[in-house]
Amino acid sequence: MKTKFLLSILPLSLASAMAFSQSIDVQVTNLTHGMHFTPVLVSAHDSNTHLFISGQAATAALQTMAEGGNTAPLIAASAATVVNTDNIAAGLLAPSASSPVTAIETGVNTHLSIVAMMLPTNDGFIGLDGWKIPTAAGTYTILLNSYDAGTEVNDEIVDTINGGAEDGIPLAPGMDAGTGASGVTDMETNQTVHIHRGNTGDTSLTAGISDVDSRIHRWLNPVAKVVVTVK
Amino acid sequence: MKYLNRKAGTLAIAILSASLLSACGGSSSNNDDGNKTDTDTMSYDITVTNLTNNQPLSPLAAQLHSSEYSAWKVGTAASENLEMLAEEGDNSALLNAQSPYVYSAVSGVGAIGPGVGGMLSIKADINSEMSSDIKLTLISMLVNTNDAFIGKTGVDLSNLAVGETVKFTLPTYDSGTEANSELAGTIPGPADGGEGFNMARDDVDYVARHPGVVGVDRGYSESVLNSTHGFDSPTAVLTITRTE
Repeated sequence: MKTKFLLSILPLSLASAMAFSQSIDVQVTNLTHGMHFTPVLVSAHDSNTHLFISGQAATAALQTMAEGGNTAPLIAASAATVVNTDNIAAGLLAPSASSPVTAIETGVNTHLSIVAMMLPTNDGFIGLDGWKIPTAAGTYTILLNSYDAGTEVNDEIVDTINGGAEDGIPLAPGMDAGTGASGVTDMETNQTVHIHRGNTGDTSLTAGISDVDSRIHRWLNPVAKVVVTVK
Repeated sequence: MKYLNRKAGTLAIAILSASLLSACGGSSSNNDDGNKTDTDTMSYDITVTNLTNNQPLSPLAAQLHSSEYSAWKVGTAASENLEMLAEEGDNSALLNAQSPYVYSAVSGVGAIGPGVGGMLSIKADINSEMSSDIKLTLISMLVNTNDAFIGKTGVDLSNLAVGETVKFTLPTYDSGTEANSELAGTIPGPADGGEGFNMARDDVDYVARHPGVVGVDRGYSESVLNSTHGFDSPTAVLTITRTE
């Protein structure tokens, strides 16, 4: 009787301690018809950490990810306790494709964020900001919207200068974009992180205002599905 | 209106064969092990409200099934039955397809205009051992598109008690079987009156979320669609009430 009592109280005392690592599986699916995602970063962190905040200006590290797909500065800017699992799809995540189911030990961390750039866009990205990881075992589905980092004009010109990281769209991985566009706009009205208004596009592969194809490189939210299994 | 009349003929056939199927499915599940087993009757009233501006919905298709069945999967090629529904709004092949996992299948009556709700009832007699695994699939085409459909597959109704109601907003999928060309002659709905089903697959050949339509007002001069045919997500509301 006494032994049983002790055993039952033990897990409770562990649960109340701060450092209670969880084992979770994460899988990300690209729901879109014609947009690629750059390497997907999954970050487990505390409740005060954010890779981005809607309505606030992007950090330089987020800007680098959103404009060129490079997640290294976001990882470099992380606190030591943060568990970053980068590039879970081993490269680009193609339209309608799913990443492998990726096992993550959360360590001391309680919240999950996910980002990846959308191609072809100027600075569009998929975003999950600080989702609280449930403590109850089970399978949870989260649908992600597309955001605009607010750091680059959405001119929709494919431009590989500097890898496209500073000006223009670096690449259309489907190799179905055009060239010779004059540019959709030269202004970025909202310079904070906001819901992406979508590509404008046009149907000319050699001229027009946009290098992206309005029939192919468009999307409606949500753009990604995340399945988290808490074990 | 021409479109609606033309569809009515197909629809009558679809309803007839669907009711035959459900009778058939009911008896075979009773006789699986040769013994008399208890059956549970599950009946549901289903309402779909069209939230779009100018996209009539083709007659609803509903199926009750186990978790082994799904009508589509993102990232996987559409079945030809799904292609027929997504390109032409014709649900008869999908509803008539035999599957040991589908208990019953029913078509709604007629197209559902923008701002309008459509209803159907669906019922299945299920071996009581199987009634802890009952799913619903609901699907319909946005007829002023090349191959867009709305719906949900695998909605879990196992824990829905008699008298309870659940509500979902519905997303829009692209069957990936026909390019979103928006050209004259390729869209079956009233915006065009063009071709419906065509076996050729000239698109990505996987199911994904629909990217939306462009239309002539957004600079695509060859499109037969205009700004009135645009849509965002969600495109419909699905309400399910268990009645028995």
